[in-house]
Amino acid sequence: MRTAFIETLNELADKDPRVCLIVGDLGYSVIEEFASKHPDQFVNAGVAEQNMIGLAVGMALSGKVVFTYSIGNFGTLRCLEQIRNDVCYHRANVKVVAVGGGLAYGNLGVTHHASEDVAIMRALPNMTVVAPGDPIEARLATKAVVALDGPAYLRLGKAGEPVVHADEPDFALGRAITMREGSDLTLIASGSMLATADRIAAQLAEKGLSVRLLSMHTIKPLDREAVIRAATETRFVFTLEEHSIEGGLGGAVAEVMAELDGARAPLKRIGLRPQFNQVVGDQKYLKSQHGLDEEGVMKTIQPIIAGSYRLVG
Amino acid sequence: MTDEETRALARTLRAHSLRMISSAKTSHIGSCLSLADILAVLYGSVLRVDPKKPDWPDRDRLIVSKGHAAAVTYAAVAEAGFMPIERLGEYARNGGQLYGHVTHAGVPGVEMSSGSLGHGLPVGTGMALTGKREGRPWRVFVLMSDGECDEGSNWEAMMFAAHHKLDNLTIVIDYNKIQSLDFVDKTIGLEPLADKFTAFGWGVREVDGHDVSALRRTLESVPIEPGKPNAIIAHTVKGKGVSWMENKVLWHYRQPAEDELAKALAEVAAS
Repeated sequence: MRTAFIETLNELADKDPRVCLIVGDLGYSVIEEFASKHPDQFVNAGVAEQNMIGLAVGMALSGKVVFTYSIGNFGTLRCLEQIRNDVCYHRANVKVVAVGGGLAYGNLGVTHHASEDVAIMRALPNMTVVAPGDPIEARLATKAVVALDGPAYLRLGKAGEPVVHADEPDFALGRAITMREGSDLTLIASGSMLATADRIAAQLAEKGLSVRLLSMHTIKPLDREAVIRAATETRFVFTLEEHSIEGGLGGAVAEVMAELDGARAPLKRIGLRPQFNQVVGDQKYLKSQHGLDEEGVMKTIQPIIAGSYRLVG
Repeated sequence: MTDEETRALARTLRAHSLRMISSAKTSHIGSCLSLADILAVLYGSVLRVDPKKPDWPDRDRLIVSKGHAAAVTYAAVAEAGFMPIERLGEYARNGGQLYGHVTHAGVPGVEMSSGSLGHGLPVGTGMALTGKREGRPWRVFVLMSDGECDEGSNWEAMMFAAHHKLDNLTIVIDYNKIQSLDFVDKTIGLEPLADKFTAFGWGVREVDGHDVSALRRTLESVPIEPGKPNAIIAHTVKGKGVSWMENKVLWHYRQPAEDELAKALAEVAAS
């Protein structure tokens, strides 16, 4: 996703001199081409995230479209008040980019685990929150946030995530992509969990279930209509995200579903337990500890739907 | 603007601030009074702005980062012609748009909202960087308080601005020696402040922040040293212009009651 992002940003900066990139002294082997091709559109703010966001706002209020780039919590939580007051209140054309969303930097430590960022960014007025599900969505989301006049948070993984979309989908911020149509249950996924959800959906379909799969790349503004349809047209709704189950995609979907009148499907949020990790592990290992690998997700889903569908063999 | 006219503008800004704060029963009159002469010089003689075109792309940018000095800032913007004087009645009033800390939304001429300290300089630095890179003529001025210098974000921006040689950026420190709870030197001492700026690679001038003539000459002399951002340390008196408010922490918080307001206005008029 990181690669898709920077390649797309490079292309956009070729055509549009307003497009700028500020890094917080991070992005080794990622940002070099951008920096050398667009020296007047590139800034290294140093290890100073509060100033990085302030610079971005000053540049944006002077006509630029400014991307800030850092790792998970550094570019979001460290400078949260700058994002709230300076970016969001001023509707500045700043796109906050975090790499290493979720547990992508698993064995680097809890400081590098971005597990509450979506919840916190989502709470800010005027902010659009996007967590693309694969490199294709990362490319489309980068273009979409440049076209959006105002603040955005773009949450990326790292490099080497699988491509999930067979073809380039129709992409619009705030509109879920229906990757599989179905009526028994709905899987709503964001970020890296899209690939897992896609495989789970295929497995369940093999067992004869009609599975709806939504890529909810935009968590704010949430595609409420897609959630309402899932809650009323299918019998179970599951959210899947590499983020705390508190306040992220699952929280956003729960807010919509809780206020629905009449009969609706039950909801199960699948995500990170809201705790600091206690043991060292890489992304794959830690995800399995949280039940976010395929086996773990299936273990969560099966007992919930077992009463209705005799599929557990 | 002549020095006499500037002094008259400063008296007007002080009188507006006293009336606004007394009437709305808000805090920070001491901070407003210490900043009045600096704002009068900036709007009277220094800033290249056009009240008819608040968004003129090549305007100078003024950021009031000490957002608690809101009443005097709105008064300065209104006296400069960006909005009708009557709008000052909206200050801290239900349903109005002039919040008790400097607010840009719905207030023409105010570049940036502030109120949480340490936000203005990084944003001003981004504006100055863009101006420099694009060869634009605009200059950026950021007004800061002394207590605000405690915020680390300012020092991040100061390192950046010096590294990038942003001599189109000027900060004015309203150094009235009193911060929120006590005197600066009893809280987190700033001295030697000028040496700190020098060490950070800035051009520095110290000036009497109530001498409009000296302030004008200093502000008009930037860049102090080509290739360096500018720090103007304005030595001021908190509560300046009302003898019994001067140098008192109390007037960071209290508002003048009706009888005190009349006395204060009389002192300002006679100053």
